[in-house]
Amino acid sequence: MADLDELAAEHADGRGGARVRETAGENPFGEYGVAGRVRDGLRAYRMIAAMWIRSTMAYRASFAMTTFGNFAATSFDFVAILLMFSQVDELGGFTLPEIALLYGTSGIAFGLADLMIGSMDRLGRRVRDGTLDTLLVRPVPVLAQVAADKFALRRLGRITQGLFVLGYALTTLDIAWTPAKVLMIPLMVCSGGMIFAAVFVGGAAFQFVAQDASEVQNAFTYGGATLLQYPPALFAKDLVRGVTFVLPLAFVNWVPGMYVLGRPYPLDLPTWLAFAPPLVGVACCALAGVAWRAGLRSYRSTGS
Amino acid sequence: MGTGRLYAAVAAGGFRRYATYRVATAAGVFTNTVFGFILAYTYLALWHEKPHLGGYDQAQALTYVWVGQAMFAVMVLGSAGFEEELIERIRTGDIAVDLYRPVDLQLWWLAADMGRALFQLLGRGVVPMVCGAFFFDLALPSGPLPWLACLVAVALGALVSFAIRYIVALWAFWLLDGAGAMQITWLTGVFFSGMLLPLNVFPGALGDLARLLPWSALLQAPADVLLGEADPWGTYAFQLAWAAVLLAVGRLIQSAATRKVVVQGG
Repeated sequence: MADLDELAAEHADGRGGARVRETAGENPFGEYGVAGRVRDGLRAYRMIAAMWIRSTMAYRASFAMTTFGNFAATSFDFVAILLMFSQVDELGGFTLPEIALLYGTSGIAFGLADLMIGSMDRLGRRVRDGTLDTLLVRPVPVLAQVAADKFALRRLGRITQGLFVLGYALTTLDIAWTPAKVLMIPLMVCSGGMIFAAVFVGGAAFQFVAQDASEVQNAFTYGGATLLQYPPALFAKDLVRGVTFVLPLAFVNWVPGMYVLGRPYPLDLPTWLAFAPPLVGVACCALAGVAWRAGLRSYRSTGS
Repeated sequence: MGTGRLYAAVAAGGFRRYATYRVATAAGVFTNTVFGFILAYTYLALWHEKPHLGGYDQAQALTYVWVGQAMFAVMVLGSAGFEEELIERIRTGDIAVDLYRPVDLQLWWLAADMGRALFQLLGRGVVPMVCGAFFFDLALPSGPLPWLACLVAVALGALVSFAIRYIVALWAFWLLDGAGAMQITWLTGVFFSGMLLPLNVFPGALGDLARLLPWSALLQAPADVLLGEADPWGTYAFQLAWAAVLLAVGRLIQSAATRKVVVQGG
């Protein structure tokens, strides 16, 4: 899926050259603390992303087609679930609307991270072909440049699809809504986006070392998103433990989702942990940031 | 150099080319294994709810998952294979040089793609399958014969896979941008090959239709031969028929396209 996305992007907007002048020319960034660097990074990110959006919009028909393709491609997972439910009424004790809630929240959270920094998995290629060097000499944070590289608005297709499924879940589910449960939905989507974003950055940091291993990143990003589409009750206890305590993907939607659905969490975790996702998200991003810095510092150019 | 030896050399080149990327292959094996685990657990839940769904018992369903992961790279069900490069050559005009060579364009790419498929079978097929057999109870045949029969079905499936992607790539002669066509083919392929769910789980007419389409030759056919659910000879006939039709269509489009080529100077 990722490969095709990139391919589509390359054909739709094959004019990377413009970016150099736009960002480097008018931003005399200096060294002034973390806050300043973050602000500069965000500003650079915005400008690079805006440039890619402009270039994509030069081919509107192609944009519409690839966005629809993105929507259709991501819909297939849900079609598979629908096909399963054409044969059974429950899966692991969960009904279709309940699974749709997990699917929708996982899809939107992953879609947000994918939209914002989904191009991070290209880092290995940049390390291999030496084009990362170009980014290093610009007075803009490298993370911002890599994250905004080939910013692809068509990835809204995945978010839209997730919204549809979540909408279906929320209208069909019979939930005793409380303010806390209502608030939980946007909260888990945003925190989930942060957790997935951290996985993207961490995976990219790993590629400084592994170079040729973008597929490993796919296993955690796309694989993680697929895993979270199904209820935790389906999976072996050790796997659930792993994605709760080691790579805390469970906080994207499993833990808070069980709270919304009024079901106990499989590992008997306390209910209040359902409110932990924002903290988990921030912690993951901080760790990913550390890993990124370590990776960048270890970078040795190929020299080509 | 004889023609046969030429294409054998091209196939060996295709094999070696992919064998070079060892880290990427290991990473691919890892990803296939992770997805294999996720799918295996969902299938376990599904077959727990409805035993003998689609005529498979639980062990057969799990075997199907791991055959699917093994075929993922061989049949190019996930990402792009040679067609990406061919489209690029058509777009840039390099194809003119290829047409000038005293070799057959279709056979050349076929040989290279068969070399690639063989490598992917060994590099990305065997390990996930072994891993699956280690962690789950699979319905694997004990004698060598079903394995051999399955290998033939895999080879024929790879032929059909090539034939489909060759047709798709040639559309670039008219469209120049092959991304849309590739995306549609990829979507159709994932759906109708049985990568999402075995085709025998598809309900009613949709299932019947899916079984008739060429994509069922890629995954469902070899899996059913291995599981002893399909008669090998009937399966081979089905695969060969589609391969013949699709290769012939590819050849027709190729001759129409090459008549159309205008070589730009410069």
